[in-house]
Amino acid sequence: MKNRVVITGLGVVAPNGVGVPDFTKALKEGKSGITCHDNLKDFKFSCQIGGIPQISEEKKSQYFTDLQLRGFNSSGILYGCIAGIDAWKDAGFDMDSESQLDYDTGLIFGAATSGVEKFREAIYGVDDGNVRRLGSTVVLQTMTSGVSAYLSGMLGLGNQVTTNSSACTTGTEALLMGYERIQNGKAKRMLVGSCSDHGPYIWGGFDAMRVMTYKHNESPEEGSRPMSATASGFVPGSGAGALLLESLECALERGANIYAEVLGGEVNSGGQRQGGTLTAPNAEAVKRCIKKAIENSGITAKEIEVINGHLTATAKDALEIENWTNALNRSGNDFPFINSTKSMIGHCLAASGSIESVASIIQLREQFVAPNINCEDLHPEIEALVDSNKIPTEKTDFNFDIIAKASFGFGDVNACVIFKKFSD
Amino acid sequence: MTNDELITKLKAIIAPYVQDEKAFENLTEDTDFINDLKVNSANLVDIILDIEDEFSIRLENEDMEKMLDVKAAMLIINTKLNA
Repeated sequence: MKNRVVITGLGVVAPNGVGVPDFTKALKEGKSGITCHDNLKDFKFSCQIGGIPQISEEKKSQYFTDLQLRGFNSSGILYGCIAGIDAWKDAGFDMDSESQLDYDTGLIFGAATSGVEKFREAIYGVDDGNVRRLGSTVVLQTMTSGVSAYLSGMLGLGNQVTTNSSACTTGTEALLMGYERIQNGKAKRMLVGSCSDHGPYIWGGFDAMRVMTYKHNESPEEGSRPMSATASGFVPGSGAGALLLESLECALERGANIYAEVLGGEVNSGGQRQGGTLTAPNAEAVKRCIKKAIENSGITAKEIEVINGHLTATAKDALEIENWTNALNRSGNDFPFINSTKSMIGHCLAASGSIESVASIIQLREQFVAPNINCEDLHPEIEALVDSNKIPTEKTDFNFDIIAKASFGFGDVNACVIFKKFSD
Repeated sequence: MTNDELITKLKAIIAPYVQDEKAFENLTEDTDFINDLKVNSANLVDIILDIEDEFSIRLENEDMEKMLDVKAAMLIINTKLNA
């Protein structure tokens, strides 16, 4: 008998809201977190807008010691630790540097790259022949598992502590890896999530690929337009999301607040076959991933009521919708509600899956479907597949039990997870 | 520079890395950075860099290996300053 797994804590650092209350409000209001960034303009980026969470110096010092902040220059680790600590506290646990080591709780916190600004400092230092003066902080902030190293030490976690990395699938994959570990009895609790740095050095490669929009430099809040006929590429974002997963047994035993149950999910790869490439998805694998997630959750496609899609605002949105309609064998008015959190926060890359999973849980918990902003002009290829009323542009109150969240990433990798409103 | 002046400067440099405030308050020439002040060993290199900046000297790997307590640090800094 496998353990049931529930979510008992949430934390989020998003461009349109830091902390669950602010992020919830932003989701309900359809608030954009996308702004213009002069440094992108100075660096001659095509896309000069992006999503960066607002963290004050005062807030930093609530989470980090002065010593930890000496020479600190890793926005991803900053966001990840804030989200992770918030999720931990939200679940009813304390942060205490003298706490007893907790062998029952582990951590899987994903990242794509870590501390890219710190890495830049180090490269300049090395190139100047000054490696001896880099100091002690370069490795810890630039190793991919840096966020997990910082966070696990702050919380004293003694089960598996690691970082996964699978491009834009990272956050959703982390969640499913933690879920499986609890399901299989290897841990009682897993703090899962992911984070992404912000700024020109992380976003530059995407700008060079011409996959980010250059058409909204004067109107940043209108820039991220998933599923819209005028979608013209994604808007880069950054931040972190974190969820505390716990075996149902443990959660009930300690009387924890239960947000939702993780029913199941699936992770796979299209192997860059059947039309899949390093950057494009193999549609067969995407559909299989969704179908398997449903099967593993012990439900049927008919039971899915809301979808939080990957939907980045590139030319691939219509293909994603087509894949959903085929995988669920539902279309038109029979299709579930679907939205893309990216319309408000941009594409937070490695952090997207975890921030959007948090968004999914918030919508499930508070029984609403967040608006797709900037989607008044639905793409005709999408409208041919799904009724426009299933793609709400206003906040829609809706009583529902099951939401599916999917993420797809470069390297032709896929992840899909199914969340259910908790009932014993 | 007198020994007292040197210790005052050293204390200011070490302060951010100290994990045992009580030992720091009672700092003497015999105080050990790691065993007494509980400085994370990884931070010793940061202390070295901060000393270099404060006194405009350069410390070599051999100096760093010896610089484990206040007395050794003072001796090495004085030697460099008088060189």
